[in-house]
This record gives sequence, structure tokens and C-alpha cells, in this order.
Amino acid sequence: MSLGLFVFLTLVAYGIGTFVEKRHYKSIKKREVETLDLPAVNIKRIPTNKQITGIQMVSGSAVISLDYFKRVVASLKMLLGGRVRTYESLIDRARREAILRMKQSCKYDTGIIVNVRVETSSIGKSANNKNQIGSIEAIAYGTAVYFAKNDAN
Amino acid sequence: MLLTNIEYIPGKKITKHLGLVSGSTIRAKNVGADILAGLKNLVGGELKGYTDLLNQSREESVERMKQQAQALGANAIINIRFSTSSVAQGAAELYAYGTAVVVESDTEL
Repeated sequence: MSLGLFVFLTLVAYGIGTFVEKRHYKSIKKREVETLDLPAVNIKRIPTNKQITGIQMVSGSAVISLDYFKRVVASLKMLLGGRVRTYESLIDRARREAILRMKQSCKYDTGIIVNVRVETSSIGKSANNKNQIGSIEAIAYGTAVYFAKNDAN
Repeated sequence: MLLTNIEYIPGKKITKHLGLVSGSTIRAKNVGADILAGLKNLVGGELKGYTDLLNQSREESVERMKQQAQALGANAIINIRFSTSSVAQGAAELYAYGTAVVVESDTEL
């Protein structure tokens, strides 16, 4: 690949990738605040005495991929060692998005999701290549427990 | 069929454990989704084609697990776990497993 094309691709990826990531984070933060009434916890006990009206197993997942610029930065970082920030934001976005989708798949919006598990796996072309991360799948799942709407306590 | 990933069913009593049930699917992605994903890999962001594919496969493995539980005469599955592994390039295995139980209701949910 010629150097000019490489530089061009890197710049395009940097521009669009940064824009996409910023927009995604903005939307994640907004929806996290909106869904505060439906907390997701990883304890197994239901921490309330409210009357239970229903249960449902819920899950959500997201596959997020790294842009070309970040991949270049990460491969340089692999030589030097240390914190690889570009991968951190990738995994963070995938996990938080998965948790939000799990919440959005609930039938009702008053309740609690107990015993939440979050798992990640690496998929795509580089899944069997230990040297690089291509795209990450995060899945969050738990048991949604719904309460009666106007129950005091 | 009631599904939970905790060790009991809220509001119900477990009367019989029927053992482990599981379901799995191995899915390969199609070429179209693959090409789109390759382009999307340049700028980053969500790969919707893959998300949909994995969701469908996961639903299918849950469905198979349910069928197995039904065959045993269970009416609920507790303590469900999911796991994903990539078995070959371009194919992923989605696996769901849990414990099949018979529950009796204290209160109807």
C-alpha cells in the first residue's frame, strides 16, 4: 500500500471514527440517566419487599469495531507497552451499550434487573489472531423482576 | 416456560430438579454482511449486521434449550448462562445452558 493512501485512510478514519465515538458516548450517557429507574445489579437477592408482578430473562448485545487510526495507534502501543487507551474505549462502549440494550428490552420500566452478567468475546477476522483486536462483542444478561407500579416502600 | 439466571424463581417454589439442559448454534456470517463489516472496520463503530446475527443465533440456542427442557417435563429453567466462542474464522458458537426445574406457584405471576 502506498504511503499516500495509508496517510489518507488514517486521517479519514481518525476524523469519522472520533466523530462516531463522541456521538455514541453522548447517547450512552443520555440513556444511562433515562434508565435510572430500572437499575441493573449483579446481586442475586431481590433487594426489596415490593410485590413482584412478573419476571423475565433479558439480554442485550452490541458488536463494536475499532477504526483504522486506532488500530495503527494500538499496534504502535503494543511495541512500547503500557496503557492502550484506544482499546479501553472500544470495550467500554460495547459493554455500556449492551447493558442499555438489555434495559431497553424489558417489558415494563419499573423494576430491577438482578444477577447481571457481562461477557465479551472477540469476533470477526482477527478473532483467532492473538496479536490484535478487531471487533468486540459484549453481551449483558440478567433477570428482570417487575414490581407493581404504585406500591409504597 | 419461565427463564431466569438466578437460582430460584421469585414467587414460586421449586419442587424438582431435572438437571442441566443446553442449546447451541454455530453460525457463519454471510458475505454481504462481511463486506459491509470490512468497510465499517475502517471508520469504527457498531457492526449492526453482526449484532443482529449474534442475537438471532442466541435466541435460537435458547429455543433449543427450551425444547430440551420441555422434553424433560420441566416448566422453568433457572441459572441460565450464555457463552460465545469463535470456532473457526468467520463462524461463532453461541451456547446457552441452565438447570431445568419443575416449579409450583405460590402466587400466579
